[in-house]
Amino acid sequence: MTATAKPVPTPARRDDTGNFVSRLISIVSSQEIILLFVLIALLASVGSANPRYVAERNFINIFNGNAYIAVAAIGMTMVIISRNIDISVGSLIGVLGTISGTLAINGSPIWVSWLVPILVGALVGAAIGFMVAYLRIPSIVVTLGLLSILKGGLITVTSGEWITDLPEGFFLAQMKTPAFSILGLSIPAIPSPIIIMFVLTLIAVLWMRYSQTGRAIYAVGGNAEAARLSGISEKRILMTVFILNGVFVGIAAVLWATQLSIIQSTVPPGLELQIITAAVVGGVSILGGVGTAFGAMIAAILLSAINSALVFIDISPYWFRAVVGILILVTVLADMLRRRRTAAASGD
Amino acid sequence: MAASSHPIEERQGSSPLTNILLRQEVILFLILILAVTLLALSSDKFLTVSNILNQGRLLTEIGLVALPMTFIIITGGIDLSVGSILGVCAIVLGYMWNPSGPFQLPLEAAIIVSLALGTLCGLVNGLIIVYIGVPPLITTLATLALYRGLAEGISQARSVRGYPEWFFQLGQGEVLGVPTQLWVLVFFVIVTAIILSRTVFGRSLYAIGNNELGARFSGIPTGLYKIIIYAFSGFMSGMAAWIFVSRVTTTRSDMGSGLELDAIAAVVLGGTSIFGGTGSIVGTVIGFVLIQLLKNGLSLAGVTTDGTIVVIGTVLILAILINNFIQRRTNAA
Repeated sequence: MTATAKPVPTPARRDDTGNFVSRLISIVSSQEIILLFVLIALLASVGSANPRYVAERNFINIFNGNAYIAVAAIGMTMVIISRNIDISVGSLIGVLGTISGTLAINGSPIWVSWLVPILVGALVGAAIGFMVAYLRIPSIVVTLGLLSILKGGLITVTSGEWITDLPEGFFLAQMKTPAFSILGLSIPAIPSPIIIMFVLTLIAVLWMRYSQTGRAIYAVGGNAEAARLSGISEKRILMTVFILNGVFVGIAAVLWATQLSIIQSTVPPGLELQIITAAVVGGVSILGGVGTAFGAMIAAILLSAINSALVFIDISPYWFRAVVGILILVTVLADMLRRRRTAAASGD
Repeated sequence: MAASSHPIEERQGSSPLTNILLRQEVILFLILILAVTLLALSSDKFLTVSNILNQGRLLTEIGLVALPMTFIIITGGIDLSVGSILGVCAIVLGYMWNPSGPFQLPLEAAIIVSLALGTLCGLVNGLIIVYIGVPPLITTLATLALYRGLAEGISQARSVRGYPEWFFQLGQGEVLGVPTQLWVLVFFVIVTAIILSRTVFGRSLYAIGNNELGARFSGIPTGLYKIIIYAFSGFMSGMAAWIFVSRVTTTRSDMGSGLELDAIAAVVLGGTSIFGGTGSIVGTVIGFVLIQLLKNGLSLAGVTTDGTIVVIGTVLILAILINNFIQRRTNAA
């Protein structure tokens, strides 16, 4: 059963033991692998048309640019797997980033200005979780209301003034590992957001796959009634999911706030959409119960790669959102077709 | 207006009087009266005929979109793409007409093309939802990005201005002393209220929201009906685009951003359950009127636009909390 800590290869997917061919197909058609192929194909084709696209600097920028979106998408992945949604994340990133910057310019130690937004994020997450799990308000309504409150509240308090004169050492997202060479191979400097993104994604994937609570998220999203009957507290799981989501949004907010030398204390428009897109395109099943944070990370990088590619192949960046829309539709269609085939193959 | 019927609530056993008093519309109407009184006391400019009529001008676009949104949410669906459809329709209207553009259609023809495009956008949503089985939230999230992207791609961030004088009658003119677009809104309010409460089609929407499989087995063409309401939603977004362009005399690709949230807030505030199965046009009308009057009254009282957004978000959550609380009490009784 999903509630045990027993390792299960892929969440909620049928185990085609013994049949090598169908096993191969199920691996190849796994959403994460497909996305990885799409990403590599894009890098290769645009890179061959314009080598500067895959030159070291732009290549790192592609991974770096959407790292904070990938981090926020980890939390969104959990939220969607539990059959909920959070459309307030973009506004929350704006608020938490502003809190971080305000603390920093008012003389707080740097680590405090990084930590407080994460704690506040967890608190807001707990509030959302409480309203969803205990007061039974649909998450779309809670976060719709919260979106307005955070967005309006932020501008009311800050009047949209930019935060400047941030102290040295505050800029977490601009830090890099030293470049070095080993065995004649030169390893370039890696920006910290990339490392944070990879580490957090790895932890999240392992936690969601192997821990009891992590497995329970899939169980709640897949079949809430069955989860309840097997002794999982849906309320407790939903609280956990939304608190963790708040933590990841907090980390994303710190990365967002520390990437430039100023903080525009407004809500980045359309950010929640990019985060949800990364989670959904990354293979979080639109029907709940399935998905991994790894797919969300690849999808966030893919979005960044597409955005950058438009510039290099000389297509107006104004078409970016249309491309993203088509990308979501295609991945969702592929997901639906795969489900139908799985259902047909298993004789459901 | 004879538009409020609640199949669920009417079945409950409590006395008719408490049933009426505990309806979301009635509670909301009381909140509306309370809000109007408080706002009128805080500013003497609020409760004037010219101010109220002017607010009618401003709420028409949200209102037009909130009406089909009520249909959709009653069936248990959602349409997040309405703001983007408005954007792409506005852009295409200007693009088709633009005297220095590639098409140079007569303005009348451009309006028709724009309305047809809106309907097509909604139709695409409906087809994907019904025939491929993608949940409405995800479908319209994708088309939210897609349609806005088309608006941005087609316009290349250029706006189109310089429309002929007659075009502004709809968005800026008056008929019998009332803003022109308010007549359009009233017309659609009456039509949608009658459809929802007095036709087989309208009653079927409740059936779909309560139990889609059951509805299908009792002979309701659920797929067709769903496609129709999403296409209708697209058409109404096109109408809203036409009025919007006429009101602000220009087209920009970011028009209608966030409109979906306002429309959903109005519908949910009006007592339509986000899970489907209950709701009414009267509730939605009170919902969007309340939101607009709050916006206006608070700004007259010196609260900034952004402060107003906070109030609306709070009102939305509180209204649902109170409604949930009352529903639970009635169900327990």
